[in-house]
Amino acid sequence: MNSSLKHWFNMQQELTRKAKYMLKRLVTSREALLMLIILVLIGLVAIRFPRFITLSNLAGVFNDTSPLILLAIGQMIVILTKCIDLSVAANLALTGMVVAMINVAAPGVPVVVIIIVAVGLGAVMGAFNGLLVWKLDIPPIVVTLGTMTIFRGIVFLISNGKWVNSHEMTQAFKAFPRYELLGLPMMSWTAIIAVIIFFIVMTRTTLGRSFYAVGGNPHAATYAGINVGRSQFWAFTISGALAGLTGYLWVSRYAVAYVNVAGGFELDVVAACVIGGISIAGGIGSVGGALLGALFLGVIKNALPVINVSPFWQLAISGSAIIIAVALNARSNRNHGRIILKSAENTQ
Amino acid sequence: MKTSERIIPDRLQSPIQRYLKSWETLLLAVAVAIFMANSFASPYFLNAWNLSDATFNFTEKAMIAFAMALLIISGEIDLSVASMIALASTAMGAAVQAGFGTPVLILVGLGTGVICGAFNGILVTRMGLPSIVVTIGTMSLFRGISYIVLGDQAYRGYPSDFTFFGQGYIWWVISFEFVLFLIIAIIYGVILHKTNFGRAIFAIGNNPTGALFSGIRVQRVKFILFLLTGFMSGIAAICLTSRLGSTRPSIAFGWELEIITMVVLGGVNILGGSGSIPGVVIAAFVMGLVTFGLGLLNVPGIVMSIVIGTLLIGVIAMPRIWKMVRSN
Repeated sequence: MNSSLKHWFNMQQELTRKAKYMLKRLVTSREALLMLIILVLIGLVAIRFPRFITLSNLAGVFNDTSPLILLAIGQMIVILTKCIDLSVAANLALTGMVVAMINVAAPGVPVVVIIIVAVGLGAVMGAFNGLLVWKLDIPPIVVTLGTMTIFRGIVFLISNGKWVNSHEMTQAFKAFPRYELLGLPMMSWTAIIAVIIFFIVMTRTTLGRSFYAVGGNPHAATYAGINVGRSQFWAFTISGALAGLTGYLWVSRYAVAYVNVAGGFELDVVAACVIGGISIAGGIGSVGGALLGALFLGVIKNALPVINVSPFWQLAISGSAIIIAVALNARSNRNHGRIILKSAENTQ
Repeated sequence: MKTSERIIPDRLQSPIQRYLKSWETLLLAVAVAIFMANSFASPYFLNAWNLSDATFNFTEKAMIAFAMALLIISGEIDLSVASMIALASTAMGAAVQAGFGTPVLILVGLGTGVICGAFNGILVTRMGLPSIVVTIGTMSLFRGISYIVLGDQAYRGYPSDFTFFGQGYIWWVISFEFVLFLIIAIIYGVILHKTNFGRAIFAIGNNPTGALFSGIRVQRVKFILFLLTGFMSGIAAICLTSRLGSTRPSIAFGWELEIITMVVLGGVNILGGSGSIPGVVIAAFVMGLVTFGLGLLNVPGIVMSIVIGTLLIGVIAMPRIWKMVRSN
């Protein structure tokens, strides 16, 4: 009797310890911290402007941030594999222009086909980046710096610098991202579905795990039978496909396509990833982080005009956020595990 | 990254062979080819004044590219250079509003550049943060400050003696900027290729740990390189502001990518450890000639960027494709 009671007591203790540990991990995780910061941010804005926290406004902020979320997920996967994709915004602009021109030339083409074309074209451009990185071993920053200017230039070539305006597009083409389902527009649903799909891919599939393995330790990944180059190729292809999808959504939502669509947006995307705790050195990061990083920037962008701060402050604020985020990440990544051999860099 | 194999040859190539096979020679051939193509394509190309004008396309960018080359060779990168130009230019504009003359303007421009460079340097070397992320952040921060100060306004009214830096000529068609570019090129060439400091930069880029154990103060060298990059951005800001005669927060937008393209085209390994100043000089001329030649043919700027982008990938891919073809 006494011993079984003791056993039961021990088990209880063990369980509480485990629960406490899990809770501690959850609370101290980077995602939770970021979530808290975003909530505080929203709260602060609400003090100045209570209507900001109405459900419809928050849904609007999320909808506005959806393109950034989609691109940040793709960028996260690329960064996980120690690469970087600076061509996403140009890819978005080119795909957007192509589908807009298809819509003008052939108004009868259904939206489903348009979406498939957008995703396919984006994926091809991403695969082109990936092939250069995989087969020719050119550093990713060089490849995507080059393709960024090339894609953007091609937009100009195919459009002759002309705009495709709202009245030239068909109603069906423009309606899809605004079509509401359960109170949320399809634009938001696309982002939500992408988050769910890639959460599953990253945590439950071999492909997802291989991205982490390649970024965490390329040599070990090679010995474990993972083809490093091919994983990077797939990362770029996914990033390109998401950029293509976003290209259609962007152009149809704003109902205009021109050369400089989303100019400079690639840096916002990288910024969202960095703020979301994705390590630029590869191997560390999560879909949740990318989502929250994008939301953080989205909330700031939408909050500034509401609290009467000039939108000119936005750039400096997001810049400071990046620096603070990367400084905090570096601190939290330090001292993980036991230091067996101090690295020479830190000893001086 | 992938495992890099170093194959040590049984027999060294003769110096002439090495020169002929070097990156700089290939690039020089490209430059000459572009020059000839341009002179055939447009009757206005071979004109001393036109060519002199063409140099303005690259001199300011190239000044920063030299410092950037050193930084990239040491294994770091600075994406905030164009934003440093914007901030330095804004600071100079504010100084003009406050009624200061040209000497103070120059000090303000250089000082702003150095302070920004030091800020990057401290974040990277003291706090151990990755330079690519830090400078993506400061890139937004520095230009963001310009936007806060200026909004949609512009600073004008620079004193007339200030115009010399961007618009003055030393002799006939030889502009002040071009001479400055040449002097800076020589200084950086000497620093990188003839001094201990230059050797230290290569050593750090190839193996930071090894460099540290050889007694090189790795972090200090990197900090100095960030300072230098900021300083050069200050110089470029003075030239550009003087040339344009006004400051807007969008000044020099997107230059960081063109500067890095220039450096990489010049044969500097983006992963660090190798590169040369003559290569960067030739790359500056190549980019300037391409932009100018296409401009004479009424090709819009955005199409030129396709050419530059293709050049960047093509020039780097060529030797690799060649090696693959030969090994098969």
